Amino acid sequence: MATLTQFDVLAIRREFPILQQEVNGHRLAFLDSGASSQKPRVVIDCLEDYYRRYNANVHRGVYKLSEEATFAYERARGKVARLIGARSQREVIFVRNTTEAINLVAHSWGGTNLGPGDRILLTLMEHHANIVPWQMLAQRTGAELDYLGIDGEGRLILEELDQKLTEQTKLVAVTHQSNVLGTINPIAFLAKRAHAVGAKLLVDGAQSVPHMPVNVQELGCDFLAFSGHKMCAPTGIGVLWARRDLLEAMPPFLGGGSMIKLVELEQSTYADVPSRFEAGTPAIGEAIALGEACDFLSGIGMAAIQQYEHELLTYGLERLSQVDGLTIYGPHSAEDRGGAISFTLDGVHPHDIAAILDGEGVAVRAGHHCTQPLHRFFDIPATTRASFYIYNLAEEVDRLAHGLEKARRMFA
Amino acid sequence: MDDIYQQQILEHAKYPHNFGTLAEATVSHEEHNPLCGDRVRIDLLIEGEVITDVRFSGRGCAISQASASLLTDELKGMAVAQAKAFSKDDLLELIGLPLSKNPTRLRCALLSLKALKVGLYGTAQIHDDEDEF
Repeated sequence: MATLTQFDVLAIRREFPILQQEVNGHRLAFLDSGASSQKPRVVIDCLEDYYRRYNANVHRGVYKLSEEATFAYERARGKVARLIGARSQREVIFVRNTTEAINLVAHSWGGTNLGPGDRILLTLMEHHANIVPWQMLAQRTGAELDYLGIDGEGRLILEELDQKLTEQTKLVAVTHQSNVLGTINPIAFLAKRAHAVGAKLLVDGAQSVPHMPVNVQELGCDFLAFSGHKMCAPTGIGVLWARRDLLEAMPPFLGGGSMIKLVELEQSTYADVPSRFEAGTPAIGEAIALGEACDFLSGIGMAAIQQYEHELLTYGLERLSQVDGLTIYGPHSAEDRGGAISFTLDGVHPHDIAAILDGEGVAVRAGHHCTQPLHRFFDIPATTRASFYIYNLAEEVDRLAHGLEKARRMFA
Repeated sequence: MDDIYQQQILEHAKYPHNFGTLAEATVSHEEHNPLCGDRVRIDLLIEGEVITDVRFSGRGCAISQASASLLTDELKGMAVAQAKAFSKDDLLELIGLPLSKNPTRLRCALLSLKALKVGLYGTAQIHDDEDEF
C-alpha cells in the first residue's frame, strides 16, 4: 500500500459523519465523489445553525434575523470569490448547480450574442450539461456547434484548433477536468486561443474547483461554472462566475423578485449584478454553507488537496492496472489528470461491477456518466468510475481492486 | 447485494438461451435503457396465434441478459394472447430475485419484457413506468 504524506487523512475523515458507518457489513468506502461529495460536520452544522437560529429571507427585512441572514449570504459570496480569485464578489452569481450556470450563460449571453453563422466550439469529452444547453441555443439562434476531438488516451487534440477555432467561433465551452477520463485540460492555453479569434471561453469547473487551486485570473477564462455539492457543500447551490463587464451587459435569465429596480405595469428596470441574475428567494442556507465549505477546503489548502489526490490517483492507476482484464479510459499517467478512474472489466457489465462492489461496501458509479458522445467515441455503452476526494484512503483502492477481482471470478 | 447473483442468474448471463436473431421474424423490436445504454431486441416468429420461435440479442448487465434468456425460454410455444398478458410479476417470479426495492436493477430486469410488449402491441404505448406492465 502506498504511503501518502503530509496530509492527515484520518483527521479529515473524522470530520465526515457519514463515513463512520458500515454498508453491507463493511466500512463504507465512498468512491463516488465525482457525482457528489460527502459533507463535513462544519457544513452540516452551518446549515442547521441557519435554520435554527437566523432563518429569514435575504435583502428584504429590516429586522435582525433578516439582516443576519443577508450578511451571511453576502459573506458567503465573498468566500467563493476569494476561493476562485475573482476581482469582485459581484462577479459571483448563486445558482442551483453547474447545469443552471451554463444554461444561464446560454440564455442570457448566448441569446444576445449569437446568431446564424456563429459557431460554438465544444469538446467530445463534455458532460451533457455542457452540450445540451448549447444545442438548444443553436436551435434558437441558428448558430452551429463544433467539437474538438480527443485522442485514444482522452486528451484534446489541440492541433484541431487550427481548423475548428475560427473568426465565426463566438464561444469555446470546455470542461476543466473530465468527469470520466480525469483529463485536465489546458485552460489558459485555450483562453489565449479563443481570445485571439474574439471568442469567449466558458469553463465547466464542476470537477476542478473542488479538487485543485482554481484562479480565474490565471486561467484567463470568461465564465466559470461549478456546483457546491461536489465540494463539500449542500445540493441546490452552485456558482456562475463571469467577468464583470460581461455580466453588466447581459440581460436577466429568470424574471421575478429580487432582480428588479423598478416594476411598472408594462416594463421593469433590472437590478445591478449579481442580483439581476438571482430572481426569487435563493438557497440561502445552502449558499451560507457553501461559504463554510470554501473555508473548510481552504483550511486544508487546495494545493495540498490536489497533491494528496494526485498520490491517490497514482496509486490507483498502478493498482488497477494489475487487475486482469481491466481497461482504463483516460490518460494512463497521473500527469495533468485528476482523481477519477473510469474502466471496463472484460466479461462483467458495469452495473454488475457496481452491484458486486456495493456488496463489499465500496460505492462507485456505473453508466455513461452523462457523457454519451464520449462513450460512443470509445465504442462502449458504459463504464464503471471510481472517483477520489480528500477523505479516501489507499486502502480503499485496495478494496476496490479486490472487489473487481471477485467480480472477475464470479463471471469467469 | 450478492444475493442477486445467484447461480441461475450467472448461468443464464454467461450462457444465455435463445441468443441471436430470426431472419424471418414476424415481430422484432429493440428497447434501450438510457440510464446505462443497455439494449435488448426480441425477435418472434408467430404462426397462427402461437409464438413458435424466439430469439433475443443486444448487450447489458447480468440481470438484463438473464431476464431475457429466461423470458424467451418461457415464450416458446406460448399463445400470443398469453404473451400479451405476461406481467411484470410473472417475469420477476421467473427470475426469482428480490428486486422490488431496487428500482435501477428492476429496470434492467424488465427491459426484455418491455421489448416484448412494445413489439407485440406494435406501438410505443408502453411507458417507462414499470407499473404500466
